[in-house]
Amino acid sequence: MSAQFSLPFESPVHKLESKLKELEAFSQEQDIDVSHEINNMKDKIEQTRNNIYANLTAWQKVQVARHPNRPYTMDYIESMTTDFVEIHGDRIHRDDRAIVGGFAKIDGQKVMIIGSQKGRDTKSNVETNFGCAHPEGYRKALRMMKLADKFNVPIVTLIDTKGAYAGLESEERHIAEAIAVNLRECFNIKVPIICVIIGEGGSGGALGIGIGNRILIMEHAYYSVISPEGCAAILWKDRAFSDQAAEALKITGKDLLKLKLADEIIPEPQGGAHADLQKASENLKLAILKNLEELNTMSAEEILQDRYNKFRVMGEFEGSVE
Amino acid sequence: MALFGSSKKNYSTITVKKRDVPDGLWMKCPSCGEVVYKEEVAANLEVCTKCNHHFTLPRQARIDLLSDPGTFEEWAGNIKSVDALGFTGMQSYVQKLEANQSKSGWDDAVTVGGCKLNGRDIGLGVMDFSFLGASMGSVVGERITYLIERCTKEKRPVLLACASGGARMYEGMLSLMQMAKTSAALARHAEAGLPYIPILTHPTMAGVMASFATLGDLIVAEPEALIGFAGARVIKETTQQDLPEGFQRSEFLQEHGLIDKVIPRSELREQMSLILDYLCDK
Repeated sequence: MSAQFSLPFESPVHKLESKLKELEAFSQEQDIDVSHEINNMKDKIEQTRNNIYANLTAWQKVQVARHPNRPYTMDYIESMTTDFVEIHGDRIHRDDRAIVGGFAKIDGQKVMIIGSQKGRDTKSNVETNFGCAHPEGYRKALRMMKLADKFNVPIVTLIDTKGAYAGLESEERHIAEAIAVNLRECFNIKVPIICVIIGEGGSGGALGIGIGNRILIMEHAYYSVISPEGCAAILWKDRAFSDQAAEALKITGKDLLKLKLADEIIPEPQGGAHADLQKASENLKLAILKNLEELNTMSAEEILQDRYNKFRVMGEFEGSVE
Repeated sequence: MALFGSSKKNYSTITVKKRDVPDGLWMKCPSCGEVVYKEEVAANLEVCTKCNHHFTLPRQARIDLLSDPGTFEEWAGNIKSVDALGFTGMQSYVQKLEANQSKSGWDDAVTVGGCKLNGRDIGLGVMDFSFLGASMGSVVGERITYLIERCTKEKRPVLLACASGGARMYEGMLSLMQMAKTSAALARHAEAGLPYIPILTHPTMAGVMASFATLGDLIVAEPEALIGFAGARVIKETTQQDLPEGFQRSEFLQEHGLIDKVIPRSELREQMSLILDYLCDK
């Protein structure tokens, strides 16, 4: 992965990095030993980056979640699983590359892993439609889930999408119904389901593969009912207020934990998941295995009831329905 | 504006017109352009007497249309929306709620309950677009979930008149999760072999469409209702596509095989009753 792309709020780090380069060049040119200064500078860079990443605002987290070097589903599948058998298509229309998945093993444990997929260049972005699935993507995901259910294989979903694709063909093939059916049918799946927001959790498009017994979120991922830009355009009449909208919408892992909509935040390596795929994968893998272990002790009945109860209590209001 | 002067005398002709057409008695149908008598339209279930254009049917009138007189009993009426996020926008959520409550006389965007339809016990929900765009907050989600759960327990079919602009942004992710919650309840209602029919009215969009509005055994819609997932403006912006004539209207959806039936309001009650006969009586 190239390190060319940088986020605006990382500029203090980049300033220090260019100073470091100067220092190193100077040391070589003049043949003077400045290793002490260089080490100091490296520490300072590390510290500055950690400081920035420990205090990201909601809007900054959105930027990190959209970082072009951020690991995507296939990166995690490659680094965290073995024996991957990819499965294609919805058996009706086509193979939507915005949602990928198949059988895989995590530390020998069999899972069905399903996730959103984005691209890194023009060709792969066209292929994956920038991670925005059409109806056939959601139908493909459900087909994989039912397959896993039939053969008693637990399901892991990795979510990273701006949202379901808003387009004519999407509407003509009934995107709303495809998502809705997934929501309902996921409550009939008897194997454990673990959902992880690894990047962008874009509204209904994310929820379409987001019904599980556990909902985990990576430290710098976000999950929102509407994009901050969309919310700013509607409620502030101006996209320039996206940072305020991101704050108001309560979209970070910490917010979701507080609202009892997520179970756990998976820590990211220093400088975000894109800075160290191996470490990010390791953390993700540990979290999945730990939760699977807990869920694997439950009966099918308990799994169904657990999932129902989990979503049944979501929402806040005053008073009682009875 | 200065070009045209600011003398109020310029507007005197309008006052004369107003005297001719007393305010509130007549209205112009936006579809056919005819001036129609408001009371006549109301008596015609808010359908234009000239061209059959369907205006919004107010919530109480919708309840009356789909229940036998005096049988509707409201359920889950005692819950109230709260500003769980402490939403910090141009206008606070609390202000928005209060404004909509005092304007409409209703406490939130949906009313649910039990009633009879042609003598049969059913569960009925009616969403009201005039209240915050019938956006799906926690109260809306909870009432609909309660309606479905109670009907599962009491073995009642559910009719749900849908309308919505989508999520309630002021409730953030709590709003999104109402899609999941209502769909979960419908999974159990379906498992029990009970019929559920959403009636899509103008407009039904976004998160509501991507959950309970499309999970019916049959999906029916009123004529010309705007129905879809993404708004036409968003689609145009993201895809630069030209959208076909009648896109996202009930008739378009029926032609594309996405819904079962467009039913004019004048036939809605009878048709619902007949369909329930087929689905309920073994």
